[in-house]
Amino acid sequence: MNPNYKLPGAQDSYSFGFLDEFAKREIRRVILKAISIPGYQTPYASREMPMGRGFGTGGLQLTLAMIGPDDTLKVIDQGSDDSVNAVNLRKFAELTCPGVSTTESTAGASLIQTRHRVPETALREDQVLNLQVPYPDPLVIVEPSEARRKVMHGEGDYARLLTKLYEDLVQFDEITISHRYPTRINGHYVIDPSPIPRYDVPRLHHAKALMLFGAGREKKIYAVPPYTDAEPLVFDDIPFRTENFNTSDGKRRACARCGATDSFLDELNLEEGGKAWQCSDTDYCNRQLAGANAREVTP
Amino acid sequence: MGYVAIKGGEKAIDGAADALEALRGGGQPSGPDPLSLDAIEHQLRLLTSRIMSEGGLYHPKLAALAIKQMQGDTLEAGFALRAYRSTRPRLLETPPQDTGQMRLIRRISSAFKDIPGGQMLGPTHDYALRLMRFELAEESPEPFRQMAAQFLQNAPTDTLPDSFPKVLDALRKEGLLPPKPVHRNPAFDITRDPLIFPVSRSAALATMARAETGSMLAIAYSNMRGYGDVHPTVAELRVGYLPVMLPHPVTGELTEAGEVLMTECEVIAMYEPDDTDTGKDAAPEFTLGYGACFGHNETKAISMAILDRALQKGMRDGPANASEDPEFVLMHIDGVDSMGFANHYKMPHYVTFQSDMDRLRATRSKHQERRQDQQEVSHESEL
Repeated sequence: MNPNYKLPGAQDSYSFGFLDEFAKREIRRVILKAISIPGYQTPYASREMPMGRGFGTGGLQLTLAMIGPDDTLKVIDQGSDDSVNAVNLRKFAELTCPGVSTTESTAGASLIQTRHRVPETALREDQVLNLQVPYPDPLVIVEPSEARRKVMHGEGDYARLLTKLYEDLVQFDEITISHRYPTRINGHYVIDPSPIPRYDVPRLHHAKALMLFGAGREKKIYAVPPYTDAEPLVFDDIPFRTENFNTSDGKRRACARCGATDSFLDELNLEEGGKAWQCSDTDYCNRQLAGANAREVTP
Repeated sequence: MGYVAIKGGEKAIDGAADALEALRGGGQPSGPDPLSLDAIEHQLRLLTSRIMSEGGLYHPKLAALAIKQMQGDTLEAGFALRAYRSTRPRLLETPPQDTGQMRLIRRISSAFKDIPGGQMLGPTHDYALRLMRFELAEESPEPFRQMAAQFLQNAPTDTLPDSFPKVLDALRKEGLLPPKPVHRNPAFDITRDPLIFPVSRSAALATMARAETGSMLAIAYSNMRGYGDVHPTVAELRVGYLPVMLPHPVTGELTEAGEVLMTECEVIAMYEPDDTDTGKDAAPEFTLGYGACFGHNETKAISMAILDRALQKGMRDGPANASEDPEFVLMHIDGVDSMGFANHYKMPHYVTFQSDMDRLRATRSKHQERRQDQQEVSHESEL
């Protein structure tokens, strides 16, 4: 190596959005293709990001390829803005996208990156939701080979997936898929909607916002465009059921913090013993709390 | 009823970074000096080699920095180098390089006792006794610095040619090997195109060249032990500096732009009944497996050569073993992918686990109902 070579200095920064322009252009093209074929897992090269594969590199590449200085970004993990991974991703976006504002408010964001949740607050047409995806293919639970799965998707052959649901009913009287619930998009492709709870799946159906799914490690991008059918895979006589937050006597549990009875709840084991239930979406919880306080103050 | 604070993530991350940095400092004020990149690059040269190859970027200084920063974790260091690489644009396509031009520091053949140019053992641990050399524990700097100079003083420089002929060329002349394949398509660039199966051999080779050494060794070893049937003979294993020839920006003429340390391994495997593309009537020929990687990493190059041979068989006949299945091999040997995903399980999974508990509770209550029904039925039939 050239003996006069000097390593770049610490002050030499990265380009806007970290990725080089060729990478961003490729991802944007793939996003357009994904929107054009709703639910189709569009392959892309997927660059290595400076955080672990599995930590949201797919969602992050979507965000970095789309974001501009006028955008307001919100990052959540498990519904929370202050979860360690959300903080990490938001910090990275702040570092590499100078001029971009960040927010914790769902309503105030133009771009939302999320892991494992769709926000409780309904999204608008001018918002985009980027979901982080570990397993892009719902068929992986019945077929390990990607080459064979690709053929099954092309032929709309989801028989083995339906058989798995049927076998669950025979063995357990219940469909045991808890999250990542297979969902048919626009009447054809069945997607893995990322590890969101079943509670969030109905939010994909005819959503006003564009929903993009990025799997960095598996190198796939797919989309549920606005106002598109998104139907969880079920049988005519077996309804789709979301998580049950009722007490044993059938009463809906309320958030211990804000009192909401219409949100997905985290089950907490308290230090003093016993359990508490609390909103997983912290922005929603804070807004409910602020609303309740405002009501108390105003006569 | 109590509730849990929803703030604190940011503080926790900052604290973790401080703790990590404190341990890098060695813990004591009277501890050793910080590692110099120079010391890592040269004294831990095999580690530097491994990081460059798994990081997919030939940059000894940055590899040394990654090793220092990641406190010796090979997976993390290779990852850091790979992430740096994704910020760099691709400037041009490298034409095929001629490894016959390598300036060798080592080359051996286990196929022939004597080869044109001769066997050259070079720097290797192969025949070193793995006895602990306790004298290295307290090494004084002066003789340490003299070692290389003394070695070079005694080395016969004038008798060494610049390059050595390839062992395979001799076998090709005899017609025992298939002719060199003609490159019709440009090389597959795994940094710009995703793998969509079936993939070309070029894509497979590129994926293996930056694969994690241990992962590739494990799958290649499964083939060696009997989950496969390659039975390789190392025709040639060479380690040396390859002149990198790039088109001159003005004239377009191939010009030496620098050199990279590389390990290359070519294995010969036995012939098979209809092992040629030219049809069943063609004369039987030996078959080949090829492995090459940045740096000095012989385990990796040999593993790759064996897997290349196994995959060629799998691509042609369909896989009979894991090591012959392109999707199984190529999707599971990348260190950045596999270590990232293994570690992601440490992240919060509160929401998905809540869903899991919901399903288990629902299933258990259904189970209980069913048992009660059965008990009632059996109770009634007893009456």
